[in-house]
Amino acid sequence: MTTTRRNLLTAALTAAGATVTPDFTHAQGRDHDHDHDHQVAPSDPALRVKALESLLVAKGLVDRVALDALVDTYEHKVGPRNGARVVAHAWADRAYKQRLLTNANKAIGELGYGGAQGEHMVVVENTATVHNLVVCTLCSCYPWPVLGLPPVWYKSAAYRSQTVIDPRGVLREFGLELSDDVEVRVWDSTAELRYLVLPERPGGTENMDEVQLAALVTRDAMVGTAKVTAQRGGSRP
Amino acid sequence: MNGIHDMGGMQDMGPTRPEKDEPVFHEPWEGRVFALDMALGADWSGNAERYQIELIPPADYLRMSYYEKWLTSLLELIVKTGMVTRTEIESGKATESNTKAGHMLSVAEVAPLVATGSPSTRNVPAVAHFQAGQRVRASNVNPAGHTRLPRYTRGKLGVVEHDHGVFVFPDTDAHGLGEKPQHVYSVRFAARELWGKQANRRDSVYVDIWDDHLEAG
Repeated sequence: MTTTRRNLLTAALTAAGATVTPDFTHAQGRDHDHDHDHQVAPSDPALRVKALESLLVAKGLVDRVALDALVDTYEHKVGPRNGARVVAHAWADRAYKQRLLTNANKAIGELGYGGAQGEHMVVVENTATVHNLVVCTLCSCYPWPVLGLPPVWYKSAAYRSQTVIDPRGVLREFGLELSDDVEVRVWDSTAELRYLVLPERPGGTENMDEVQLAALVTRDAMVGTAKVTAQRGGSRP
Repeated sequence: MNGIHDMGGMQDMGPTRPEKDEPVFHEPWEGRVFALDMALGADWSGNAERYQIELIPPADYLRMSYYEKWLTSLLELIVKTGMVTRTEIESGKATESNTKAGHMLSVAEVAPLVATGSPSTRNVPAVAHFQAGQRVRASNVNPAGHTRLPRYTRGKLGVVEHDHGVFVFPDTDAHGLGEKPQHVYSVRFAARELWGKQANRRDSVYVDIWDDHLEAG
């Protein structure tokens, strides 16, 4: 881990000088001793980020209170409960569901959600015969306003590489086995469109209100790696 | 660039391992990197930032955590834009005058920033060379810079499902070569067109592709 962080720093500083090629040699981890010569800042990212933040504050480039507000927003205000409310409302209101599927931005905006990394939304509907699954093979694109920031697995090399070539295998890793009769549609969100899966409404929920329905809807179901069940399992986010 | 970031279709990266009760940030410094990036991000194009992350050497790219990559990119971008010098990063002391063109994001501006984002659509006329229902082929191109055309689609036949409208072209914007706004289409590729008979015949992959990256199929 220490070596990784040293390489990280070396990469950052060297690439800032636009000499990427020599840096790649270090990145291979074959000459650690030499690599140590370039160690000029704390290897611990926590210390490095603290020093960086202090520097940027001292230069009048960032305001700590604004940084606090940004962290608080994505830790506490913007997250998958937003998406769950959108899904529950679509299940409960047929006209809303139609608006959601035809103009997602506008419909999601009706519930007060939108903005950064959700500027161009598309909602795709799961049915008994179609299962949708969302990935970003090139980076980590994800609909922040309705799902919050992406989990580590969504950004992992494993998920990003496998989902387009073997979506059914990925779903099995999430404990979801689909019949061969079901059509799988993978949405590779490498452009500016951001995708939200509208899961199937589970049976046995006919008498539930929107608040109860929203409590059933998981983040994974809105990415497409899970289905929604009538009883919230509690084990899946 | 045919870099390590273009991962679609690679095998043997291991299983996907979801973490139970995962926090938004695993360490406080991850949240700070995220916030710093958001607060300063108005000073560079999001496409330039993506390209900066793509430039991380492949072995490091695979080893680094997500926010380590963000930190790497952030350090490079604040040096490139002249906000800080490498010497200042190394010493932690502000010794040069601030050359940043923009203004400091205030706490009052956080909510509007989050609520508005930065749309990539452009309200300018652009010729749509393709239409829904049309067979298209993803171009067989290998740009050395930033591109949003995943390698696994290149040369493959698909069908235009939908025209999303006119968007900034990241391939030029990332390199300061202009926005070159053009249509983006949802293109459906049959899984068997991409992967052969090992794929389920019912399955498909949808990719949003810019006009410049498509040819009549």
